[in-house]
Amino acid sequence: MRPEQQGIEVAVLVSVGRHPITGRTRRADQDARGLELALGLERQVPGSRVSLLHAGPRSEESEAALRGYLGMAAGAGMAAGAGMGLETLTLLEQAEGSDAIPALVEHLAAAPPQLVITGARAERGEGSGLLPYALAERLGWPLVNGLAAVEKVENGVATLLQALPRGQRRRLKVRLPAIVSVDAAAPAARQSAFGPARRAGLEVGRVAAEPDLALAEWQLAPARKRPKRLKIIKAASARDRFKAAAAKVEGGNGQVLEGVSAEQGAEAIFKLLKEEGILR
Amino acid sequence: MLEILLPILIFAALALAAIGAWRRIRLWRQGRPAEVDLLRGLVAMPRRYLVDLHHVVARDKAMSNTHVATAGGFVAAAMLMILVHGLGLANPVLGGLLLAASALMFVGSLFVARRRRNPPARLSKGPWMRLPKSLMAFSLSVFLSTLPTVGVLPADVGSWILALALVAALAWGLGEMFFGMTWGGPMKHAFAGALHLAFHRRPERFSDKQGGTGRSTGLKALNLEDTSAPLGVETPSDFTWNQLLGFDACVQCGRCEAACPAFAAGQPLNPKKLIQDMVVGMAGGSDAAYAGSPYPGKPVGEHAGEPHGPIVARQGTALVDAETLWSCTTCRACVEECPMMIEHVDAIVDMRRFLTLEHGNTPNKGAEVLDNLIATDNPGGFDPGSRLHWAADLNLPLMADVKQADVLLWLGDGAFDMRNQRTLRALVKVLRAAEVEFAVLGNEERDSGDVARRLGDEATFQSLAGRNIATLAKYRFQRIVTCDPHSFHVLGNEYGELGGNYEVRHHTTFIAELYDADRLAFAPWKGGTVTYHDPCYLGRYNGEYEAPRRVLEALGIQLNEMERSGFRSRCCGGGGGAPITDIPGERRIPDMRMNDVKETGAELVAVGCPQCTAMLEGVVDASAEVRDIAELVADALVARPIADAASPARRPVGKTTAEEVF
Ligand code: SF4
Ligand code: SF4
Repeated sequence: MRPEQQGIEVAVLVSVGRHPITGRTRRADQDARGLELALGLERQVPGSRVSLLHAGPRSEESEAALRGYLGMAAGAGMAAGAGMGLETLTLLEQAEGSDAIPALVEHLAAAPPQLVITGARAERGEGSGLLPYALAERLGWPLVNGLAAVEKVENGVATLLQALPRGQRRRLKVRLPAIVSVDAAAPAARQSAFGPARRAGLEVGRVAAEPDLALAEWQLAPARKRPKRLKIIKAASARDRFKAAAAKVEGGNGQVLEGVSAEQGAEAIFKLLKEEGILR
Repeated sequence: MLEILLPILIFAALALAAIGAWRRIRLWRQGRPAEVDLLRGLVAMPRRYLVDLHHVVARDKAMSNTHVATAGGFVAAAMLMILVHGLGLANPVLGGLLLAASALMFVGSLFVARRRRNPPARLSKGPWMRLPKSLMAFSLSVFLSTLPTVGVLPADVGSWILALALVAALAWGLGEMFFGMTWGGPMKHAFAGALHLAFHRRPERFSDKQGGTGRSTGLKALNLEDTSAPLGVETPSDFTWNQLLGFDACVQCGRCEAACPAFAAGQPLNPKKLIQDMVVGMAGGSDAAYAGSPYPGKPVGEHAGEPHGPIVARQGTALVDAETLWSCTTCRACVEECPMMIEHVDAIVDMRRFLTLEHGNTPNKGAEVLDNLIATDNPGGFDPGSRLHWAADLNLPLMADVKQADVLLWLGDGAFDMRNQRTLRALVKVLRAAEVEFAVLGNEERDSGDVARRLGDEATFQSLAGRNIATLAKYRFQRIVTCDPHSFHVLGNEYGELGGNYEVRHHTTFIAELYDADRLAFAPWKGGTVTYHDPCYLGRYNGEYEAPRRVLEALGIQLNEMERSGFRSRCCGGGGGAPITDIPGERRIPDMRMNDVKETGAELVAVGCPQCTAMLEGVVDASAEVRDIAELVADALVARPIADAASPARRPVGKTTAEEVF
């Protein structure tokens, strides 16, 4: 007998992204992957419905970016998208600098979906990656990060595939409702089509805006490339080189300095840089 | 007995033809409305037929003579027959003319028959194979039944049996010629073709009496203002009515097929079949009756469509597969060769627009390239602020600083490509040698939108074009010069509709002008044999075949022309986003083109397009080196004979020639 499978309600949280080179607004890469995952659910869990949710200020720029998600409805088949309620996006309009979390919590709690999908980290604003955790905490739902696939949903329990470093996968069973976050391990987003994106509607709801106090304390500056830990490979054979290339960067010989003076700290850093061959 | 039967037959055939015409017109009218000046079109039609169409047909002399005899004979015979036999105006002069006309037609049909004996692969078979016999039946029976009219034979000659045989033959001939013309037989091309010429969607492509050559190659803009309008063509009825009419005019001569690089490469595209599929779709049905070469690798009979059904299915098959549409390089070889002046490329881009804008289904790298264009204004996704890095040491004057210049040098996206940067540096050297006052937009320049538009993304095209036009409006310049024929075409022929009108020159044209004005001097050519590859977007799109050859001649180079050169040049495979959508075939188009080069024995192939350079240089084990004409010119530069150094003050450029110095 086939286990009973029913369509589920999926809410995808989408944000306004930012292109890494030009800084132009766009659909955020991870959120788009989250939506792709949701649209793919039609195959595993027929009859699922996808809704899109965004909390933030409304402007021409952000609207164009959000419509990028709506343009994904057309992609792979009539079934995906058209039947899944992708004609609209719910926009919880807030003033610039408001905290999105209370608004999202309120909206999700009012009509709880079974599954909430979100990108792991926003491309603008704080981008701390804490939003999924904060939501899970406030709603009291379980959270799974680094999702690669939803395998099936049975009797209120979802079987999920979580992506671990170096291509490993872990299978998890989670009771719904739950929050899952996706990163670059999730399937790449399909093309966004101009026509459906333009025609889709935005359902604007006003929500009480709580100013984001944490953000107000932040100082924003253009990002710099994060320094990468140097990998000095001294391999003799091809096999060693391959192993070294595939290996995770070991941080094992790190050292946590606590309660030391500034001079001692500087001394330690200086020593390390010399060891690594960065300073000569 | 003939006197009674003939009028009945003739008028019955005419009546049936009229009903058929009405039905055919109804099929065309399923299409979307189009603005056409009906009256002017009808008035212009004879000239379009006699001059423009015959200009194309006459490239095949034998066929052209055959057609003149057959069609001319037929039109005259049909008119006279209606007078003589239909209305009974049996006077000997008219009868004599009718005899002559039908005799001429008979001679023509003999040639048609000869051609059909061993037809080349590009010709369709099926009902077309019976056409010479029908032509003969018609001309011969008209001839014979006219003999008594002029008194050569007594009216009551022969037996009833003979007369019946004659009537039967005439009925067959009339059936094919009148009835078949409007009910979908091979003769349909005459009826639809005449109206197609009259109501052509590009009336400006025809020549005029004032000596205008008539060229219209820019794609037409989609109206994006109307937010409810579907974008592009989803079903056959989404074409405009005159496009449908145009498809119906196809004679299945297969000239387009023979010219198509994608077909030759074994990619699943055949422009003739594509047009026939649109005819199938407009009437509804399957392609099983098609009797020509199929799309390579796709057997006939598996696809079907209807006027209001999708052309490309989201899943499974419909009328045409998406990969057929994405195989096209938009080289326009088919349009150039088509004697019926059908616009294949317009149709293909119309359907691509739907696939990209409504389905979001641009294959392979398509989506990535379009996303890059949206986010970074260039297809490679490079930092738009690095557009001028290649010229860091050249001190190029920026439009933002100088505000005006004689020449605005449009760099194109080749500015991000290391190979093309060599061409650009060469071009700058040439411009400086000729003391041209020029400036560049630098980081203010964006992709012209060429590739986005041809991938069907009209929205991104219009966005790029709009911003480029706004940038250009800030500055004053006489003309734009570019080494990229795609930018040349888009800026020159497609921005106008969006409000940007410029005088644009390809760098070879500009260099030729500079040379003719004695502003450049060259050392004699010492290299080996050279051939020249005409870029599609320079040649067929813009009619510039002369200037590059003129420059090469000035360099002292004698060209070994390829068999397919000039307007028959074979595409390098790089246009229309084809390298991006990358539909597999049996061969690669650039390999075939380098083979053409090899056949001339040339050691070097001169080009004038970054895309051609990239495609042809990408051929492994090529027999010839690929150089842009700008590079050849830069290498050959020498100081002008009597240098300006002789005169202390530098004269303003452009007003001095070497002669005047003497
Ligand atoms: S489309 Fe033109 S060239 Fe091609 S077969 Fe038809 S009439 Fe001939
Ligand atoms: S434009 Fe070129 S590639 Fe496209 S169908 Fe015509 S001949 Fe073939």
